Amino acid sequence: MITFDNVTKKLGGKMILDGVSFEVPKGETFVVVGLSGAGKSVTLKHMIHLLVPDRGTVRIGDDVISQARGPELERMRSRFGVLFQGAALLQWLDVFENVALPLRENTKMTEEEIEKTVLEKLTLLNMAESAEKFPSDLSGGMQKRVGLARAIVMSPEIILYDEPTSGLDPVTSRLIDGLIENLRKELGVTSVVVTHDLHSALSIGTRIMMIDGGKIVENAVPEEFIRSENETVKLFLESQYITRRGAWEKGMEGHG
Amino acid sequence: MSYMGLPLRSFRRLGRIILLACHGMGHALIILGSATLFIRTIWRPRARHETVAQLYITGIKSLGVISVVAVFTGMILALQTGLELRRYGQEEFIGSAVSISIIREMGPFMTGLIIAASVGSAIAAQLGTMAVSEEIAALEVMSINPNRFLVMPRLVALAIMLPVLTVYTNILGILGGGIVGATQLGVSFQAYLDNATRFAENKDLFVGLFKAFVFGIIIATVACYQGLSATEGAVGVGRATRQTVITSFLMILIVGYMITRLFYI
Repeated sequence: MITFDNVTKKLGGKMILDGVSFEVPKGETFVVVGLSGAGKSVTLKHMIHLLVPDRGTVRIGDDVISQARGPELERMRSRFGVLFQGAALLQWLDVFENVALPLRENTKMTEEEIEKTVLEKLTLLNMAESAEKFPSDLSGGMQKRVGLARAIVMSPEIILYDEPTSGLDPVTSRLIDGLIENLRKELGVTSVVVTHDLHSALSIGTRIMMIDGGKIVENAVPEEFIRSENETVKLFLESQYITRRGAWEKGMEGHG
Repeated sequence: MSYMGLPLRSFRRLGRIILLACHGMGHALIILGSATLFIRTIWRPRARHETVAQLYITGIKSLGVISVVAVFTGMILALQTGLELRRYGQEEFIGSAVSISIIREMGPFMTGLIIAASVGSAIAAQLGTMAVSEEIAALEVMSINPNRFLVMPRLVALAIMLPVLTVYTNILGILGGGIVGATQLGVSFQAYLDNATRFAENKDLFVGLFKAFVFGIIIATVACYQGLSATEGAVGVGRATRQTVITSFLMILIVGYMITRLFYI
């Protein structure tokens, strides 16, 4: 469904993505892991045309999003919902208005329909009671849930998550993991998750790709990923106290 | 090291600065053009609400500082001019001297500087914070054009409010001059007002208001461009705010001179 074909990107004279090619199949939860500055978020931004490749193409189905402009780009972007790292909620709008914003701006729904849809999404994420609060009154985990409600309010085919558990305590992190997993099961969406949290990656991912130095060093299903012979992957696994056997069992706990 | 190295590097650096300036100016003009085209969407409920909010922030919230600056500008002008005119026994003419100076130049100029420093910097800081915290990216991904959603209401508010505030500055400035005339130069308030209105022409008022309108567009464009272009977290937001004030001040001075030259020479 999402295809990167030989994507190269330099930022500030530094090679961030170096001829990266991969595919994200429809309906999967595709997790991109790597160290800080490895190019994970840059990869994500290419999927929604927030960055364009210096070389190569990014496709969403048959559409080449990396070359799209104007209304064509808007049409392609309407297939996505995005949860940004810091939730990126508009601070002067309350929770309800933040979630309602894409509906108000991009649809001709009546006020009643908007209210019904927004409350439905907020209820799905256990945030209905905070509808009148402002983002500054919410904890980091709650802001991410509101960000997620906004990401799914237009019923997108693809949801992108940029570091969904960063800065959160382990309990809230697992809660967010559970929400991502539920959304995949209930809405059948394709998810791309960028994270450096391997516990989270093993818990929710149907496929895990590791980027290092702008290149893909591993791209495998979780069972194969933790048994990878690649030295960078091994180091990454060990740094998070994940052993080849125990890790998988630990990671699978999230699947419940 | 080659003796040719240093001049070559300086030349290259100068070229890079010129290219960056051209790139920035082009980007700012694109933002201005795009926001201008979106004025047709101003009657949508959210755009209307946001524009009214910006009119309030720009107009009502700036009244305090503008009042103080306007009154004292008029008082200083009256005092300085009046003391010189008194040497020739012509102090009754301070009314026209103050009114023409304020209506033609000082009114729009002082209003522009105050709004650039207060509202312009606030716009740059707000949009800059939104840019570095990915809120602008979130808007783009939701197919919400930031030029329509954020820039257009601020552009309209500043373009409307600068002339309105300039009229207010003009009135208070002339009244301030009258107070000094009456209390310190022995010119009655009535005589001062008669003199102030006798020599000032409609053209002076309209050129002054035109300047204010252009200053409003300049401040909005510079502030929105700097804010939307902010990178590198809090440091970048600080840089955007500083650049907004500096660039707006310089452009107000230069464009103000050009408009004066256009209409009076």
